[in-house]
Amino acid sequence: MPTVFIPPSLRKLTGNQERIEVAALSVRDAIAELEDRYPGVGPRLCADGAIKPGLSVAVDGNISSLGLLQKLKPDSELHFLPAIGGG
Amino acid sequence: MATVEKEQQAVSTNGHYKVIGTRPIRHDGVDKVTGRARYGADTRLTGMLPAAMLRSPHAHANIKSIDTSKAEALPGVRAVVTSADLPDATDRVANLGEGTVNLKHLSDNVLAGDKVLYRGHAIAAVAADNIHIAQEAVKLIQVEYELLPPVLTALEAMKPDAPLLHDDLRTDDLGEIADTPSNVATHIRFEKGDVEAGFAAAEVVVEREFHTATVHQGYIEPHNATALWNADGHITIWMSTQGTCTAPQQTAELLDLPVSRVKVVPMEIGGGFGGKISVYLPPVAAILSKKTGRPVQLVMSRTDVFEATGPTPGSAIRIKMGVDGQGRITAAEAWLAYEAGAYPGSPVGAGAMCVFACYDVPNGKVDGYDIVVNKPRTNAYRAPGATNAAFAVETVVDEICEKLKLDPIEFRINNGAKKGTRRIDGPVYPRIGMEETMAAIRDCEHNRTPLEGKHRGRGVATGFWFNIGLKSTAQATVNPDGTVALIEGSTDIGGTRASIAMQLAETLGIAAEDVVPTVVDTDSIGYTDVTGGSRVTFATGWAAYLAAKDIQGQMIERAAKIWDCDVTAVDYKDGGVVGPDGKRFSFKEIAAEAHKIGEPVIGRGSADPQEPGGAFGTHLVDVEVDMDTGKVTILRYTAAQDVGTAIHPAYVEGQIQGGAVQGIGWALNEEYFYDDQGTMRNSTYLDYRMPTTYDLPMIDTIIVEVPNPGHPYGVRGVGEVPIVPPPAALANAIYQATGVRMHELPMSPPRLLHEILKQRASNGDQ
Repeated sequence: MPTVFIPPSLRKLTGNQERIEVAALSVRDAIAELEDRYPGVGPRLCADGAIKPGLSVAVDGNISSLGLLQKLKPDSELHFLPAIGGG
Repeated sequence: MATVEKEQQAVSTNGHYKVIGTRPIRHDGVDKVTGRARYGADTRLTGMLPAAMLRSPHAHANIKSIDTSKAEALPGVRAVVTSADLPDATDRVANLGEGTVNLKHLSDNVLAGDKVLYRGHAIAAVAADNIHIAQEAVKLIQVEYELLPPVLTALEAMKPDAPLLHDDLRTDDLGEIADTPSNVATHIRFEKGDVEAGFAAAEVVVEREFHTATVHQGYIEPHNATALWNADGHITIWMSTQGTCTAPQQTAELLDLPVSRVKVVPMEIGGGFGGKISVYLPPVAAILSKKTGRPVQLVMSRTDVFEATGPTPGSAIRIKMGVDGQGRITAAEAWLAYEAGAYPGSPVGAGAMCVFACYDVPNGKVDGYDIVVNKPRTNAYRAPGATNAAFAVETVVDEICEKLKLDPIEFRINNGAKKGTRRIDGPVYPRIGMEETMAAIRDCEHNRTPLEGKHRGRGVATGFWFNIGLKSTAQATVNPDGTVALIEGSTDIGGTRASIAMQLAETLGIAAEDVVPTVVDTDSIGYTDVTGGSRVTFATGWAAYLAAKDIQGQMIERAAKIWDCDVTAVDYKDGGVVGPDGKRFSFKEIAAEAHKIGEPVIGRGSADPQEPGGAFGTHLVDVEVDMDTGKVTILRYTAAQDVGTAIHPAYVEGQIQGGAVQGIGWALNEEYFYDDQGTMRNSTYLDYRMPTTYDLPMIDTIIVEVPNPGHPYGVRGVGEVPIVPPPAALANAIYQATGVRMHELPMSPPRLLHEILKQRASNGDQ
């Protein structure tokens, strides 16, 4: 199952778990499952139907431009990271 | 740069390709060297009015009132604007390609509302019959201020009793908002493993604090914008920008218009380095144009550029690293506080992700803070956030190597990140070339040549930058003579017309010179993200590759029609189409035939690639220090960088050299000098000391090619990472030369001399 790496700032909502496996086929599903199991996580990651401004989701090491729509593989890793820009 | 002979230009240094790896003359070269290239300030339109800007003389003040009546009454004045002329920007966030922006902050930065937050903050603008009248009129605008104390550094701004810039700003910790207002906009944290156990297992632990000054990108061409708000409601803006498509987005959002109403014509750009992504002038020029019914031009002075456009942040950084007796890193911690300037948005997130990115750190913790201060809103500058962090961590690594008597290059190879390494922020690296750049430096002639002489030292440092992908579009029209007209939306800063055209040429199997690339306006090409993030050769090059593949497909169809066979019997190879019974058309032949028998052949490519491939660079430098003045002379400099595949090696070398030179300036001289009231005291190039050719030796480059598996030609971004290692490499060289560890940038003569004298005093020397 895909694994979500929980940012340290959210771990008090997940019982201090650092990694959580989710039965999800997309980033949207993964966050929905997290919200079901650990209420409060979803709004910290999403707003207005998208990943929150200033935040990005990396799937298997790459920042996804698809955001919530990004499909996941069974062994995918998800990381929520600060959005960055280049010069 | 050495001159490359014509014969050499046709030989690929890569060996795998015919065009990629060669050094053709850049398509825009003649216009650039003959002065025909047109930059933003060259724009001349019938009836055009010049405009001037009123800027705050104070770093922090409430605006009680603005009276423009005397200015408006001055003969020759055509229009005056203040923030009252801008639509009310709600406190919402807009996605503008490379990132998001708070529109209220962006609007207030364009024209201050009820508060000025830095000296130079724009307040009003005047369009007049000539620039002298406009400048006189600006002086007649009366602003009543209520002065407030400024706060100028991250550490001061973090104190509980610090003056607040924004009454409504509360620290955001991944969505958890603090109860009380603060200058700390954001806190981020990354953790990996067991940090305490890691430090307990260390034989040597080094903990140091570092400070870096505010520095500017130092582009030669000041910001400019010429706007025409036409009677049909459409706005055209001629400007210098890194964001051809994001500039109209920002302008439209600020003016509360559909983006389709704003067209940007990107002029040639005289440098950007990240500093020409934000919009400052276009909305103001547009409103002045609307008021006057005439085109209006705004051009910044050099002082405006320094005081009112985004420099890179000053920072305070604490690094703690532990290493065991075998020379393996056991744990590392970083604490980074970056100055955002007047509005949130420093690159501390990137700094926090980069700080230990060169190493395999089993146990780590990183805290980052985005801090508002009374300085101009910071902006991107080549690998934003990474250079500050690398200065700190690479200096600590050098000190650890000294304590454990380890070779600093071998230490970095042994502890270096490689494929499969998990960063502290989480992701696992794909194939990367950090180790290869270190090995290239270890084995280079420079490193194998002993450095002799008094007060001379050699330093090494490495650095990382992510690079980014984002969206790009390219369109290629095949001409009957077999040439191809390529249009694209990426402003060409570093020779990207050539590097994009070469990827199209390689794919079609034609000469780079047979492609004519043009950068066009936003009505003429599909959406293309910024020229930044080292993304253009990667992503727009990919779009050009796709456009070429589209052309290949159309040529196959056309050949099948001519040869009266099925398309499956035709293939595209070696620069032409081949069919049954040995039939073949070269590209020029099929281009001519295609023109006779069907619709024009136009290839289209649009790309949103996701795997930009991180870039690593390692630099080696020899210095000599004048112990009586603290002046550092660079004797020799070599930079090795993993570039994936070098499309045009000369421009790759140029990017590495340019980045290294900017890093050297950041390291040794450049800084904003502020007085207690927040006034920059060196806001001209006479006083803001940037390196010149007199200060530098030739920067030798070693191109390392570890192809990026995420690109058809293996391209990695090139332009940013070379600015990352220089400050640390120089600090480590200065230590070898003097015995003084520098923990603050710039390491300018007075600052270095101060440390030398302190060391002498502590040693009891006279």
